[in-house]
Amino acid sequence: MESLLNAIVLLLNFLVFPALAYGSQLALGALGVTLIYGVLRFSNFGHGETMSFGAMACILFTWALQSWGVSLGPLPTALLALPAGIAVTAAVVLATDKLVYSYYRKQKAAPVIFLIASVGVMFVMNGIVRFIIGPDDRRFADGERFIFTAREFKEWSGLAEGLALRSTVLITVLTAVVVVAALFWFLNRTRTGKSMRAYSDNEDLALLSGIDPDRVVRIAWILTAALATIAGTLYGLDKSYKPFTFLQLLLPIFAAAIVGGVGNPVGAIAGGFVVAFSEIAVTFAYKKFLSYTLPPALVPDGLAQLLSTDYKFAVSFVILVVVLLVKPTGLFSGKTL
Amino acid sequence: MTETTRAYLSFAVMALLFLAVGFVQGWSLALAILNLCLISAIMSLGVNIQWGYAGLFNVGVMGFAAVGGLMAVLVSYPPVAEAWAAGGAGILVSGLLAAIIAAACYAAYRFMRKGQARMWTISAIILAGYFIIRIAYDPAVDAIESVNPAATGFLGGLGIPIIISWAIGGLAAAGIAWIIGKISLGLRSDYLAIATLGISEIIIAMLKNEDWLTRGVKNVIGLPRPVPYEVDLQQAEWFLNLSASLGMSPVDFSSIFVKLCYAILFTIVLLVILYLSEKALNSPWGRMMRAIRDNEISANAMGKDITRRHLQVFVLGSAVIGIAGAMLTTLDGQFTPASYQPLRFTFLIWVMVIVGGSGNNWGAVLGGFVIWFFWIEAEPIGIWLMDSLTAGMAPDNPLRLHLIDSAAHMRLIVMGLILLLVLRFSPRGLIPERTGQQYNQQQ
Repeated sequence: MESLLNAIVLLLNFLVFPALAYGSQLALGALGVTLIYGVLRFSNFGHGETMSFGAMACILFTWALQSWGVSLGPLPTALLALPAGIAVTAAVVLATDKLVYSYYRKQKAAPVIFLIASVGVMFVMNGIVRFIIGPDDRRFADGERFIFTAREFKEWSGLAEGLALRSTVLITVLTAVVVVAALFWFLNRTRTGKSMRAYSDNEDLALLSGIDPDRVVRIAWILTAALATIAGTLYGLDKSYKPFTFLQLLLPIFAAAIVGGVGNPVGAIAGGFVVAFSEIAVTFAYKKFLSYTLPPALVPDGLAQLLSTDYKFAVSFVILVVVLLVKPTGLFSGKTL
Repeated sequence: MTETTRAYLSFAVMALLFLAVGFVQGWSLALAILNLCLISAIMSLGVNIQWGYAGLFNVGVMGFAAVGGLMAVLVSYPPVAEAWAAGGAGILVSGLLAAIIAAACYAAYRFMRKGQARMWTISAIILAGYFIIRIAYDPAVDAIESVNPAATGFLGGLGIPIIISWAIGGLAAAGIAWIIGKISLGLRSDYLAIATLGISEIIIAMLKNEDWLTRGVKNVIGLPRPVPYEVDLQQAEWFLNLSASLGMSPVDFSSIFVKLCYAILFTIVLLVILYLSEKALNSPWGRMMRAIRDNEISANAMGKDITRRHLQVFVLGSAVIGIAGAMLTTLDGQFTPASYQPLRFTFLIWVMVIVGGSGNNWGAVLGGFVIWFFWIEAEPIGIWLMDSLTAGMAPDNPLRLHLIDSAAHMRLIVMGLILLLVLRFSPRGLIPERTGQQYNQQQ
């Protein structure tokens, strides 16, 4: 019995908690991709860099706040910097739309042209971020590091395995829940949100009903900027902030959006967790887990790891391929914002 | 000014730029830039075949180039006999097992009826097969990687002339493109972009981690060359006479001579591919591809199988990129998986095609030359610019230091801006695509 409890604690500590945090970050990222897809109808390759830019803006504000001696006590100061970061990112994203995308919208250009333009935006933004903050690793988390540590848990429970809950994990999950609830309330309950859904469902009909397309697009960008900033900052708090990771995050984010069904917010959230849990479950070394659950004779010699951690992109990719082959519309048939 | 004169003029300006670099910064550097320009031009021809002919957006150029590079290693590096003895059998057995499993999956796919049962059977075969392969694979990999890890630690290659790898690199890239195309072509166009982005990341991850095959981040250095070595040249009688008659020191001239040999080889490949591309583009096949690109629905109504034609052109373009990738590794004489960066290998090539003129092979070649030239020369120019902009500040001013440090990142911004500006204001590029009407006017 005790070894079974140990096994569960082990999984919670190294698999479930990290996957919950990572999944929330991916879900927020995928929501941004899905929103832009629903309203502007192209896959935004610049989204990873929007996250990066948002996180950078937050870091800069956090440093400013820290230097003024402001802090949130046990919570990271970055949370206080979020609104300012979102405002700056939204301004940048709206400017990008004005300078780059609005022209192609007027031309009614093919989606692939938008896609290429978004790749261009991705690189310009990446360059700007590196120019401002540099390519190095940045840590900006402060406040309490743990809700409870592995040692405290061991003393409390008397188990051999420790369970630590880092505060960033809890903050990430809670923030994601609040943000998603607010987003759904906005989309389903407010007039503006409903007009966005109408526009996404049927552009022509929405125009006939007097919905202002420019306003819908503007709001979609602002929401995307907010989601991206929050996702990027949470990712940076949870791990660390490095400009080049965001290009690699693009693949899991797209995978999440597609698994759930592109254009469908519920799907994006489910997709985020599917990708995160499979990525961590497949690259997890099960040796210790098996030693708790199996009789000693059956425990394997190796790490009992399905795939080396370096192949975590491959997991997103395989998920993507399977979805494309089996159910191209995604789990929650896409295209209904 | 007609478009033909503009094309000639652009190439003439490019030639003048090379002469300028030769006189100012030295001929060795000018040739080094030229060689990479030639390879870039081939890569950009490959992307042009995909994008310019058929409108397919490939974000995985880096992956196909890296596969070509790997083939250069696998073809030319001498086989490591000890490693083969230690783990070769295990690797062959796991390869055979993988083939059997693939065949079993295919059989299940063919002979079972579509539905849940088939899906679960295939999943079960793959899962069981994975564990069976690992039984043979893991010990073999450990054995190979522990054979003299400081010098080899991998299986090595076939030990045949590296020039053959150029063709094999193209074939390998084509094979991977076929698989990717099979999965994602025929679906919405964004899926190809996302799938190619994914496969290129996975290929790079494999190159970095499968040490038994590629030596991973330990890199493979000292690949054999298709051209003579400087040291040998400097001792050859005829070479000493030649350099004396040119009035250059043998050491300087040997480096120029070697680069010149590469330049000749690369030019031959470029001309062959360019000739074939032009022939293809101006044939009924090329016109069909452009008809599909411009209006899929009407081309389909005319009886063209769009998915198959897309697959064909995607495979062809990727093969050209693979050839260029193998050539690049040949030129470097080493294989360094960590040097494959999406910026350099995917994005830059795209800028070349868009700037040069998508749909026009000459444009793609010109784009390859122009963009690579400025990519190399941007750094000295950027540093000089930052230096003179901040010249008024104190030498230890933090802003000045930051700006000079960041000059390298300016490349990203500049290349991104070039792409966006050309796409917006001159989407047809330096040498625009020629339409049917223009052909008629010429004849």
